[in-house]
Amino acid sequence: MSITETQKIEELANREYKYGFVTEVEEDKLPKGLNEDIIRQLSAKKGEPEWMLEWRLKAYRYWLTMTEPQWQNVKYDKVDFQDISYYSAPKSKPKYNSLDEIDPAIRETYNKLGIPLEEQMMLAGVAVDAVFDSVSVATTFKDKLKDLGIIFCSMSEAIKEHPELIKKYLGSVVPFTDNFYASLNSAVFSDGSFVYVPKGVRCPMELSTYFRINASETGQFERTLIVADEGSYVSYLEGCTAPIRDENQLHAAVVELVALDNATIKYSTVQNWYPGDKEGKGGIYNFVTKRGLCKGINSKISWTQVETGSAITWKYPSCVLQGDNSIGEFYSVAVTNNMQQADTGTKMIHIGKNTKSTIVSKGISAGKSNNSYRGLVKINKKAENARNFSQCDSLLIGDRCGAHTFPYLEINNPTAQVEHEATTSKIGEDQIFYLNQRGIAKEDAVNLIVNGYVKEVLAELPMEFAVEAQKLLSISLEGSVG
Amino acid sequence: MLLEIKNLHASINGNEILKGIDLSVNFGEVHAIMGPNGSGKSTLASILAGKEDYEVTEGEIWYNGKNLLELAPEDRAREGVFLAFQYPVEIPGVSNTNLLKTALNEIRKYRGEEELDAIEFLSLLKEKSKLVELDQKFLSRSVNEGFSGGEKKRNEIFQMAVLNPKLAILDETDSGLDIDALRIVANGVNKLRSKDNAIVIVTHYQRLLNYIVPDFVHVLYQGKIVKSGSKELALELEEKGYDWIKNQKEEMPV
Ligand SMILES: Nc1ncnc2c1ncn2[C@@H]1O[C@H](COP(=O)(O)OP(=O)(O)OP(=O)(O)O)[C@@H](O)[C@H]1O
Ligand SMILES: [Mg+2]
Repeated sequence: MSITETQKIEELANREYKYGFVTEVEEDKLPKGLNEDIIRQLSAKKGEPEWMLEWRLKAYRYWLTMTEPQWQNVKYDKVDFQDISYYSAPKSKPKYNSLDEIDPAIRETYNKLGIPLEEQMMLAGVAVDAVFDSVSVATTFKDKLKDLGIIFCSMSEAIKEHPELIKKYLGSVVPFTDNFYASLNSAVFSDGSFVYVPKGVRCPMELSTYFRINASETGQFERTLIVADEGSYVSYLEGCTAPIRDENQLHAAVVELVALDNATIKYSTVQNWYPGDKEGKGGIYNFVTKRGLCKGINSKISWTQVETGSAITWKYPSCVLQGDNSIGEFYSVAVTNNMQQADTGTKMIHIGKNTKSTIVSKGISAGKSNNSYRGLVKINKKAENARNFSQCDSLLIGDRCGAHTFPYLEINNPTAQVEHEATTSKIGEDQIFYLNQRGIAKEDAVNLIVNGYVKEVLAELPMEFAVEAQKLLSISLEGSVG
Repeated sequence: MLLEIKNLHASINGNEILKGIDLSVNFGEVHAIMGPNGSGKSTLASILAGKEDYEVTEGEIWYNGKNLLELAPEDRAREGVFLAFQYPVEIPGVSNTNLLKTALNEIRKYRGEEELDAIEFLSLLKEKSKLVELDQKFLSRSVNEGFSGGEKKRNEIFQMAVLNPKLAILDETDSGLDIDALRIVANGVNKLRSKDNAIVIVTHYQRLLNYIVPDFVHVLYQGKIVKSGSKELALELEEKGYDWIKNQKEEMPV
């Protein structure tokens, strides 16, 4: 790339985050800091039963014995866990019967994000459980789901209303001893979503939650648990954007999926948190633990993610293929621009017989960003006839960004069939010029190439989400080519 | 007048490649540009298309009443300038259909026209692919990816047919085409000829000019048009080569 082109990249990289704004809502907040007393207060504010508090405290005490991991290929200033407020909720928390009752400021926020709730719900048949900061403020379509016996509610509500299910499954896939951030999350998780789909029920709509970090300097610790009982099906969408902030904000969510015999869970994410400015100032630290357990025979868990935001993304949605004939899938697009860093990938742990996994990872790096794919395919001793196919591609835009691939293989059964393909390509000036010459402007040319590159992954997303994802891709790559 | 190039000087990385080109092209005309390797033919084509690597140090280019050098490459295309590349690039993941749909809609938008709906667009593609006898399977394939040399060239003319430019510059479209393909593609180009457009053909061989008969033939040598004539000039070059022109040029005062 020529010098002039590099300069232009710098000029154009100057765009501001389109979704950067702050909604003013009165907040109820815990003081900064983390100790047992804070956890007790948090639990009390949420009106939790004793067993939940005990679980949190156990997790907290375990967390105290752990040290922050260092192995990931990202660099950041250490998080000061005492400088975070662990609870923030809109002051009054009424129960809404309709969207009209929701605080206009919150609705305005959604409108600015281009996510008109009503339209989403009515046109697309999406039931939205919107998490505004740490507390659910809108839950919809509940009645329809209730008729089918499907539970779709906030985690706080589930703890009170469905303690048996929570006790049985919370921490069953990601125990509080799992890793540093998962332990922390277990101790202080604020809220999140809970889904239970009963035996033989096919959830007739996409379930979706929009997360949003809004309260200043409030770390968000979402906790999501989805249980698909025998022979059931559910598709869950998670999407988010966040406003501009100067301080780095930690987001350490835990998502657990459990699929019993013949059940299928499809989990789709579009992640667009504030990535920081072009010098890398501000932005979200996204350290998430996502894991699905294919517990039953013939069960299937499919992760699809489009990661465009955050200053640092560090996550590996994984599948534990315990049931015989179970299937794990991971489809990912991870975009980094400017100073963003991403270390993402998946783990496929084959335990049962005839288990199959597919990994399709598409990294896109622009600006001075760094994008790493890290993936583990592990075939246990007893996993006869396990199969894995991995495709890990990297696309570079410009010549100051980095792409890295770290595929790990652990094969302990000789009948395993494992295939790995990897490519690295670069959007060339000559390709852009060719498209310009056909009447297509530079940024549209980049979008055209990028959309072509990621279409295999976007095809896995529900239609309306795919459209949103495409928009996010083009917004995140604005100015990446001069 | 569709295109008027006046005293065009251009360089790349400080090397002057074009050293004073004058060329006028009227609506309805076909001009052939010939000349030895490295004389600057593709450079001229690239500059017309707006490739930014070249620096125009002197001269002007007027196109359909507009100062072409002030237009961004995509706007030139939208104004009707089309370049069939000597070396078409591969664009993995972007289908021919998708490229053309995006391109055509951008061009139409620029001109204040409605976007074509899917049915109109597909029937246009069908019609134009027949014109150059392009197999339908190429429509869904990624642009030029894995195409043979000749297939790439045919694909360029197919794109030209769909985008219907005012000024088409064909840079060695004939190279790589087999004997039958050359005839087919040339016939396609002839069908696209009209009094409302013009074609500039860069070629090394008289053969193509048997099919697409030019109104004028120019010889580009060392960055200058050193000779212009009628279609007979191409025959003469085919017979005698370039030496006699090179010698003539050396005799000319600088
Ligand atoms: N980046 C560059 N630096 C220096 N010289 C260059 C550069 N790019 C092109 N040139 C030179 O410019 C001259 C003209 O090249 P051009 O491609 O226009 O020739 P051409 O007439 O199209 O030749 P051909 O018939 O072989 O296609 C050549 O001598 C080439 O080496
Ligand atoms: Mg050439």
